[in-house]
Amino acid sequence: MASGTESSEAATAGPPPSVEEIRTTALAALVDADSEVVLDQWRVAYLGRKSDLTNVLRSISSLPAEDRKTVGASANQLRGALEEALAEKAQELKAGPSEIADALDVTLPGRRRRSGGLHPTTQTIREITDAFGAMGFQIAEGPEIEWERYNFDALNIPADHPARDQWDTFWLDSPDGKGRSDMLLRTHTSPMQARLMEQTDPPIRVVIPGRCFRYEATDATHEWHFFQVEGLAVDRGITFADMKGTLFEFARRIFGPERKVRFRVDFFPFVEPGAEMAIDCFKCNGQGCSMCKGTGWIEIMGAGMVHPAVLRNVGYDPEVYTGFAFGMGVERIAMLRHGIDDVRQFASGDLRFLSQF
Amino acid sequence: MSGSSPQATFDSYRNFDLLHFDHQSQKVRMKAPISWLKEYVDITEPLQEVAHRLTMAGTEVGSIDQVGAEWGPVVVGHVQAVNPHPDADRLQLVTVDFGGPEGPAEVVCGAPNVAEGQNIVYAGIGAMLTDPYKGGVSKLKRSKIRGVVSNGMVCSGKELGISDEHEGILVLPEDATVGTPMVDYLGDAIFDLELTPNRPDCLGVLGVAREVAATSGKAIREPDITYPEEGPPVDSLATIRIDDPDLCLRYTATVLQNLKLGPSPEWLVKRLATQGQASISNVVDVTNYVMFEYGQPLHAFDLDAVENHAIVVRRSFEGEYLTTLDDVDRELEPDTLVIADPVKSIGLAGLMGGANSEISGSTVNVLLESATFKGSNNRITAGRLDMKTEATLRFEKGLRPGLSEVALRRATKLILEVAGGTAAKGILDAYPVKDDAIVTLTDEKLLKVMGVEYPQEQVIATLESLSIDVTRVASGYEVRPPYWRPDIAIPEDLCEEIGRIVGYDDVPVTTLSGRVPTWEPSPDRDLREKVRASLASHGLQEIISYPTESDSVMEAVGGPKGFSPLRLENPMSQDQPFMRTTIRASAFGAVARNVRTWRGGIALFEIGAAYLHSGEGLPEERQMVVGAFNGPRDVDSWVAESGDADFYDAKGAVEGMLEDLGLQAVFEIAEDSAFEPGRCAAIVVNGKQVGVVGEATRAVLEAIDCDRAPLAAFEIDLAALVEASGDPGAPRPYQLFTRYPSSVRDLALVVDAGISAGAIQAIIAKNRLSRQIDIVDVYSGKGVPEGKKSLAVRVHYQSDTKTLTAKEIEKAEATILKILRQELGAELRS
Repeated sequence: MASGTESSEAATAGPPPSVEEIRTTALAALVDADSEVVLDQWRVAYLGRKSDLTNVLRSISSLPAEDRKTVGASANQLRGALEEALAEKAQELKAGPSEIADALDVTLPGRRRRSGGLHPTTQTIREITDAFGAMGFQIAEGPEIEWERYNFDALNIPADHPARDQWDTFWLDSPDGKGRSDMLLRTHTSPMQARLMEQTDPPIRVVIPGRCFRYEATDATHEWHFFQVEGLAVDRGITFADMKGTLFEFARRIFGPERKVRFRVDFFPFVEPGAEMAIDCFKCNGQGCSMCKGTGWIEIMGAGMVHPAVLRNVGYDPEVYTGFAFGMGVERIAMLRHGIDDVRQFASGDLRFLSQF
Repeated sequence: MSGSSPQATFDSYRNFDLLHFDHQSQKVRMKAPISWLKEYVDITEPLQEVAHRLTMAGTEVGSIDQVGAEWGPVVVGHVQAVNPHPDADRLQLVTVDFGGPEGPAEVVCGAPNVAEGQNIVYAGIGAMLTDPYKGGVSKLKRSKIRGVVSNGMVCSGKELGISDEHEGILVLPEDATVGTPMVDYLGDAIFDLELTPNRPDCLGVLGVAREVAATSGKAIREPDITYPEEGPPVDSLATIRIDDPDLCLRYTATVLQNLKLGPSPEWLVKRLATQGQASISNVVDVTNYVMFEYGQPLHAFDLDAVENHAIVVRRSFEGEYLTTLDDVDRELEPDTLVIADPVKSIGLAGLMGGANSEISGSTVNVLLESATFKGSNNRITAGRLDMKTEATLRFEKGLRPGLSEVALRRATKLILEVAGGTAAKGILDAYPVKDDAIVTLTDEKLLKVMGVEYPQEQVIATLESLSIDVTRVASGYEVRPPYWRPDIAIPEDLCEEIGRIVGYDDVPVTTLSGRVPTWEPSPDRDLREKVRASLASHGLQEIISYPTESDSVMEAVGGPKGFSPLRLENPMSQDQPFMRTTIRASAFGAVARNVRTWRGGIALFEIGAAYLHSGEGLPEERQMVVGAFNGPRDVDSWVAESGDADFYDAKGAVEGMLEDLGLQAVFEIAEDSAFEPGRCAAIVVNGKQVGVVGEATRAVLEAIDCDRAPLAAFEIDLAALVEASGDPGAPRPYQLFTRYPSSVRDLALVVDAGISAGAIQAIIAKNRLSRQIDIVDVYSGKGVPEGKKSLAVRVHYQSDTKTLTAKEIEKAEATILKILRQELGAELRS
């Protein structure tokens, strides 16, 4: 009889599923359970009294002795696994819906304070002084209103020297109202060379950032008020080759390690030999474009070996000491690096400009 | 031949129009035509390559200009007839033969100097010419001028773009071949040079040629300076004497007799045209030519106008007058060097000749001067008389005395060539102190300066390529600087010569290897940099402003008292001639401008100097920081606080910045003319006022043209801050903090409206268990009696030694309340 019943069931439902088949279908069905009602139906279907798994467990005793142990173990293990999965799913259904109701609009702007910023000139000065700082240069500063003596005479530019035409100068009225005083707005940061050497003995390695002034008409590339960074290194045994190396290293740091550097002759009364440093144009890589005016090169700074007359003026013996000096326009470097096309923006105080950096 | 007979005499001392001086680059400009350079040196390589080498060696070629390539149908023409225009008095109808098969063209011409028989520049229809008034090149079209058709044009130098001359048409020499294209006749390539002021030798084409020779390894062909000396001995014809050898270093002269003044030959006219110099007469043209060749200005006097034929070089007498070539009667100031004869002055040395001795059509005997004047004196006099000429451009650089004699001989030779006559035997030469300097360059010096061991042969070859006379001596070189190079005076100058011609690229790259200097503290700068970073982090944008101001704005915004601002002699803007004594106006002005252009709220700061002059010495440059707030506190946002920034935003920035520096300030009600009474506080650090914070008055807003209130601002004197705080950059000491828990209690107090929060906080702070005291609400209005306000104060209680019990806290709170009641009349809000 018993076998007859079995055979009739087999006729309607096929052979009973194996433990592994039950596992696969049960877990797959559980994924789709999205309410407690469906979850209860699942429990009845896979763990209930009439479920396939219960049937398997019930039929163990009728199996051959050698199969009983393995089938029994795997069926009991599946039962535990399904009960655990059920509990987990129940937990999930319980917690899920209330959290979604509180979801954030993650695209709303975050809470932030208004941000300020440093002027691009300040940022550029910091980068320049940092680059030289890494080579042992300290920072010094000097007065913006300067004596004619320091701005010109001490730098080997005596009165009525034609080289003074290179620096159109703002002069200050005499405070007593009688004509011109011998005070001026410094035309370069170079006066600090003389001041420093007067105050200190070698070795000197210093960079001098600061505000300078030239009396000239302004346009997109000329401004009467600007910043320079001056540099000075004086000691025994400093050579033109050292100057090249130092400035080359600077250019690598500021404009990138792939830049080429070129030195050509230029004239400044306070250096001899004099030089101008240029880098190959980073816009066209030296091919020639509007930025480098077709030359492939961009002038960065003037430089040279400190003139023996300047050393003598401050009481250094030019037979013992040598040194080099250099000077560069901060805005020019900032303009090159950021692609700024009008130098007048720097002193405009315009937040549309300043907030970009 | 008409047209080029001299109506007025010009020479190299009187060329105002064409200063080749570029104010933008501050470099001196000079044009070196290739055809002219080739007279002295072979140029076989591409011009780009020659130009590159010149540039690298210091003679910068700004551009290579091709002259004439664009002209089109412009040729040598011959004026066959000149007739009046039927309808216009100032215009003439000119018949021009230009060699065309269709015969002569009739052209309308307005130039006063056009005359029958002249050779001229004829531009046919389609020629590309420069507009002499507006500039820019355009195509010539056939047009009717006052009813008459003009078939082309007779051109000035300016219309061809080769000079600025537009007074009249360009008159060509008689021997010019009619029909020759102008590009063949005047066309050339030209190096447009930008020179440094130490190289006046390159203000002569020969000097540029020497650079070409040195940089390309070619030989230089010196111009011929020999000529037949067929006249009487020169000292029988004239004498010279230098009375002031400090201002005249050398005076050379020669005498030429029986000259025929007249037009110059074609080659001379063309050469001068490349320098923008109009042809005047053969003799004057030669003086100009030699100046453009050698860089030495010369002057020709009519010998017969010189009393006793005796030249005296002296300072002007007091009250002396001279009428110069330009017919201006000039009173001569002391230290003006004049050329004189025994009874009168006849010229301003190195500047301009006198009208009384100028050469004219009747001149037959000429005294030719080539002198070396002291550069600085020439520069002063030129500046005083506002007479910057091609001559002063060269003299002021300080020419070498050796140059004057060479240039004199060259000019004499050329005058004989173009004007005939005879030259005297010998030259007059007053040369008080011989300039025969020798510069010694030791091997050691060369190595020490350049860091390169240049081989002996290379040094000698390099210097010789520059025509520099060099002798090898024991461990060095003896060099006689050439007469055209005033810039070679010390051994370092020779280092540059060697370095630049061998090439700076050949100098190796080494790094500094010596001692690193001892570190020096810079507390002022360190503080400034910290303040900058801090204010930026608190939401303020740094600005930098021009440090000049108007006195009315400075007056309005207040600032340090008792300093009168320094005034610029030559301010950039007449509205702002003063160096600022306060930087408030700079920051406030920036706010006002941004109100008109910036969409959001404004928060900015500036650090800079106020220039405070106390009457003696340089002014103190007192470093100040000013911050300013205006408009919405925050960007418009769904979470932002609403409202415009006010006093408390400015104060908050100050508090935050000081806290970043490890400092604390007390704010005391204060008065300042820039700020509204009752909305202004002094910033006090360690008992010393370091600044002020407040809201600007209406008057300030009006003065700076700001139409949005409030403008809240602070100003801190950074020097005062350093003084008040010791070292704000010093490391902050660590403070032990207690491990016992704190308890928080709120007090809702009602006090008279006039009681300050600070007074309440101060009382609570005195209790030994109170730690942090926050004012969390201030309210007046409904529910609070008239004249009173309610404050919510949150107090944290904590002990260093134990966990406080509720009872202990209540006791402390009761004590605090009792004192608040007694001292401030505070009550708990019911």
